[in-house]
Amino acid sequence: MMYEAGTIDVAVVGGGHAGCEAALAAARMGMKTIMFAISLDSIAMMPCNPSIGGSSKGHLVREIDALGGQMGKAIDKTYIQTKMLNTGKGPAVYSLRAQADKVKYQAEMKLTLERTPNLRIYQGEIAEILTENGKVSGVVTAAGAIFRCKAAVLCMGTFMHGRCLHGEVIVPSGPNNLMPATHLSENLKDMGIRLYRFKTGTPARILKSSLDFEKMQPQYGDENIVPFSFENTAEDIKREQLLCWLTYTNEKTHQVIRDNLHRSPLFGGVIEGTGPRYCPSIEDKVVRFADKDRHQIFIEPEGEGTEEMYIQGMSSSLPEDVQIAMYRTIPGLEHCEFTRFAYAIEYDCIDATQLKLSLEFKEYKGLFSSGQFNGSSGYEEAAAQGLIGGINAARYIQGEVPVILQRSDGYIGVLIDDLISKGSKEPYRMMTSRAEFRLLLRQDNADQRLLPIGHEIGLISQERYLALREKERLVALEIERVKGLTIAPNETTLEILEKYQSSAIKSGVRLSDLIKRPELDYEKLAPVDGERPDLPEPVKEQVNIQIKYEGYIGQQLKQVEQFKKLENRKLGDDMDYKSIQGLRIEAQQKLDAIHPSSLGQASRITGVSPADISVLLIYLEQQKRASSRDVIPNPERASSRDAIPNPASL
Amino acid sequence: MNRFNQLDDIIAAISTPLGVGGIGIVRISGGGSIELVDGLFSGKNTLLSKKSHTLSYGKIIHHGEIIDEALVSVMKAPQTYTKEDIVEINCHGGSLVTRRILEAVLNEGARLAEPGEFTKRAFLNGRMDLTQAEAVIDIINSHTDLSRQAAVNQLEGRLKIEVGSMRQEILDMIASIEAVIDYPEHDVEEETYGTMEQGTLKILDRMEKLLQNADRGKIIREGLETVIVGKPNVGKSSLLNWLLEEERAIVTDIPGTTRDTVEEYINIDGIPMKIVDTAGIRETGDLVEKMGVEKSKAHAEKADLILMMLDSSRPLEAEDREILSFIQGKKTLVLLNKTDLTQALSMEELEKYIPKEQLLSVSIKENRGFEELINGLKELFFHGEGVKAEDGLLGNTRHKNALFRAKEAMEQCLITIRTRMPEDFISLDLQDANRALGEITGDVADEEIIDRIFTKFCLGK
Repeated sequence: MMYEAGTIDVAVVGGGHAGCEAALAAARMGMKTIMFAISLDSIAMMPCNPSIGGSSKGHLVREIDALGGQMGKAIDKTYIQTKMLNTGKGPAVYSLRAQADKVKYQAEMKLTLERTPNLRIYQGEIAEILTENGKVSGVVTAAGAIFRCKAAVLCMGTFMHGRCLHGEVIVPSGPNNLMPATHLSENLKDMGIRLYRFKTGTPARILKSSLDFEKMQPQYGDENIVPFSFENTAEDIKREQLLCWLTYTNEKTHQVIRDNLHRSPLFGGVIEGTGPRYCPSIEDKVVRFADKDRHQIFIEPEGEGTEEMYIQGMSSSLPEDVQIAMYRTIPGLEHCEFTRFAYAIEYDCIDATQLKLSLEFKEYKGLFSSGQFNGSSGYEEAAAQGLIGGINAARYIQGEVPVILQRSDGYIGVLIDDLISKGSKEPYRMMTSRAEFRLLLRQDNADQRLLPIGHEIGLISQERYLALREKERLVALEIERVKGLTIAPNETTLEILEKYQSSAIKSGVRLSDLIKRPELDYEKLAPVDGERPDLPEPVKEQVNIQIKYEGYIGQQLKQVEQFKKLENRKLGDDMDYKSIQGLRIEAQQKLDAIHPSSLGQASRITGVSPADISVLLIYLEQQKRASSRDVIPNPERASSRDAIPNPASL
Repeated sequence: MNRFNQLDDIIAAISTPLGVGGIGIVRISGGGSIELVDGLFSGKNTLLSKKSHTLSYGKIIHHGEIIDEALVSVMKAPQTYTKEDIVEINCHGGSLVTRRILEAVLNEGARLAEPGEFTKRAFLNGRMDLTQAEAVIDIINSHTDLSRQAAVNQLEGRLKIEVGSMRQEILDMIASIEAVIDYPEHDVEEETYGTMEQGTLKILDRMEKLLQNADRGKIIREGLETVIVGKPNVGKSSLLNWLLEEERAIVTDIPGTTRDTVEEYINIDGIPMKIVDTAGIRETGDLVEKMGVEKSKAHAEKADLILMMLDSSRPLEAEDREILSFIQGKKTLVLLNKTDLTQALSMEELEKYIPKEQLLSVSIKENRGFEELINGLKELFFHGEGVKAEDGLLGNTRHKNALFRAKEAMEQCLITIRTRMPEDFISLDLQDANRALGEITGDVADEEIIDRIFTKFCLGK
């Protein structure tokens, strides 16, 4: 029985990390929003690892925060251990990671949603998307409630036709034994949307009291903690941290696995989905890296209010009896008691090349798609897309141009451009090596890069924006001072240089040149710099990085300049590639399928050659001249729907 | 990354057909071209101080070495072919010098123009009529096809194998660093600065060797690989000497005295040639002579040009016929020597083997026929199919340019390692090198690195 349940602006389908960000962004931008979830108890659930951040994912969280998203704030409130990783490896790859209290994280996020004006959360499965003339017009729950809406954001994660497997046990299920979404896949297929089938997995959870920690190495959090959110200081969020533990598999573990491989649905061919290379099951690792005699296993608490421990590194789809046998070969786990078994999950997701860079479906106005459903993996990747999907759903209704981040603006830009331009054949994980301008896209300057955009679209307060401007002013002022300051080779100076085994100076040297020496930095040179003003930590950090790596940063800025020239050549949605003479057939087909928004994006599509790009350049020029012969005097054609320009960033 | 199609950087190319005439022109276009050439130019005034559309006389000096005297024309935007600043260096040292000047310009930061790129820019900057757009597209596509053909040739094949193997080593180094960065807590074996330095030095060494070879033989000094064939004592060494205008090889009347293969580099009217003197192609029982013959055959097999000497005062003999059938269908000029004596050769029979226009009458003794030889060469190489040779050389310069940039990146990498900069920076330098090498092999790096990380290391939760 169907019934009219009301009219809203934005419907968000799914309440995971993508759905939460999408719903919050849309509501905060003034849209009347409902977020639908199969179970409201699964809002912001972490069905796999109990942590947020890590290499490149930490960057994403910081960028989400700078744009006005929630993830960073939620984890700052609910972390139980935090670490800055890669601190020895260069400022671009510093990576913040926090262990989360899963239950508290979920509760925190749910409460935020509930308290946000314009936002309502709603328990129910969406079974159908309504469209009229290629535009979204509503969503229908499985129970028959029809919500009329102007835009919808699909964030179904791994729920679509979910199927969980371990050993011979194969059950239709969402993650963590939640109900799968069974209706929407068919509806989307009927709408002409292409679906893929992907796979991922999670390890077992073990009761803490059954573990012998004497046989493992403790893993501590950092003493000097760094918050994810730019709005928090270390003082704000300081608290007691919990321990994680490290242990290893051994030959016995591997033997158990090898003896039972035939019972794995993965090797038996039962699993159809494509799994990620970077998240292999333990049986995968043992088979593919047969010469490795041990693999690392991290034991991480699932929270403060539970005894359940997450066993990182032991993802598996082997039967329960095999899991028990193999886990118990590991030092410290000899008597382990299982609370939840490891499993693999298969699910439907879309071929993301069907989307525009705004995350809107090319074929359906107002229909956006975000998160793991787009073929990505990871909470942070999902949240980042959810935020952009929510923002652009709101901007679509507002009649504004979408927010599109370029690859030179942030990891979010790289993530979305990769998904949309190349599609993914396996779940996509963010990695630092995917970001070609990573020296500029550091986690420490995400606020400088993106906060002005968040402010412009209404997700960042004026106060926070002004604080950023003040920070930038202080940084610029201090850099100028340091560059103009000459340090004399006096006793203090020589002492400090000797202390850090830096070669002595004979005459005056600029402070900035000393900072550039690998063994020195801004902080270490404080004693030789008598007039140094008292500056906040984040300002000092910027001064140090921007002076120390000036040459390398300048180099990448030049590359970005070149890069942007092609990015700024826009290609209209109405381009008829099949009619452009001189394009090779393969290029015609690829361009026709993806309809890139700029020449830059076109150049990244596999199968489009430099010669094809030249042909497109000529074609664009032809079009431009043809249209300037018309009466319209305006050379800037209307077809180039431009994204919000990025304010000067570094 | 967009490795191609930059829209307004400085581009340069040789704009005269290679080997034609005694003057070569290197054309440079783009904002900053004038300043760039000023860095190489030594004249009365700087080029920057000159008015637009003027000629300046001076010397082109690179790294302290005078390459040539030149007339340099300065044309300032927008009244130029591309509507950008254009500088043209007119030199008169033939193609060898022209190319050295081009390389100096590239070293100073210009990029080698893609085929048809000046015209493309002219069009994009509104210089040409709309109806010419199609022609521009044709140029782009036809040159792409040609360079694809050129890619098949042996020399390039070898280069690509060597470059490809260097890339694999660089990729391994990148993957090792990136794996540690992306999986900070995994027990991935970290490369030490020491091993990274070793690896970098090894690759640098290989790059230098490759570049040296390129400089010495293959690219700079080697033009057309030319083989002189003919039966013994027909005057092959005399021909070489004639070409060289000096006595290098021993000229004698006893068959088989020119035993060793002698290589000489010459430049005939702008056409660079590497001439391989031969020991004469004939069946022989003499071991030393036999080796010479084998060598000659091998040389003839891969030569760009074959010069065959025939004695026109004698009728064709079995040996001549054997050689003629061996070289049939190859790029050949047959020199009919001794035209000062009574002619006994049957032209009719000869034309069954070699087209008439490739038969040239000369008399080395009387120094006649040199002009005909030059014209024959130009006809053979720089019209019709001649374009192909030009493209091949162009490709080589492009490859050299890419290799040079890769080497610079590896040198930077060495500094980064030695100053103990964090690994991230080492990886960035390596990625620069890898991208430059990829331009030679035609590979794109991004997914490759990630593939390598996961095939090399066991990672993940």
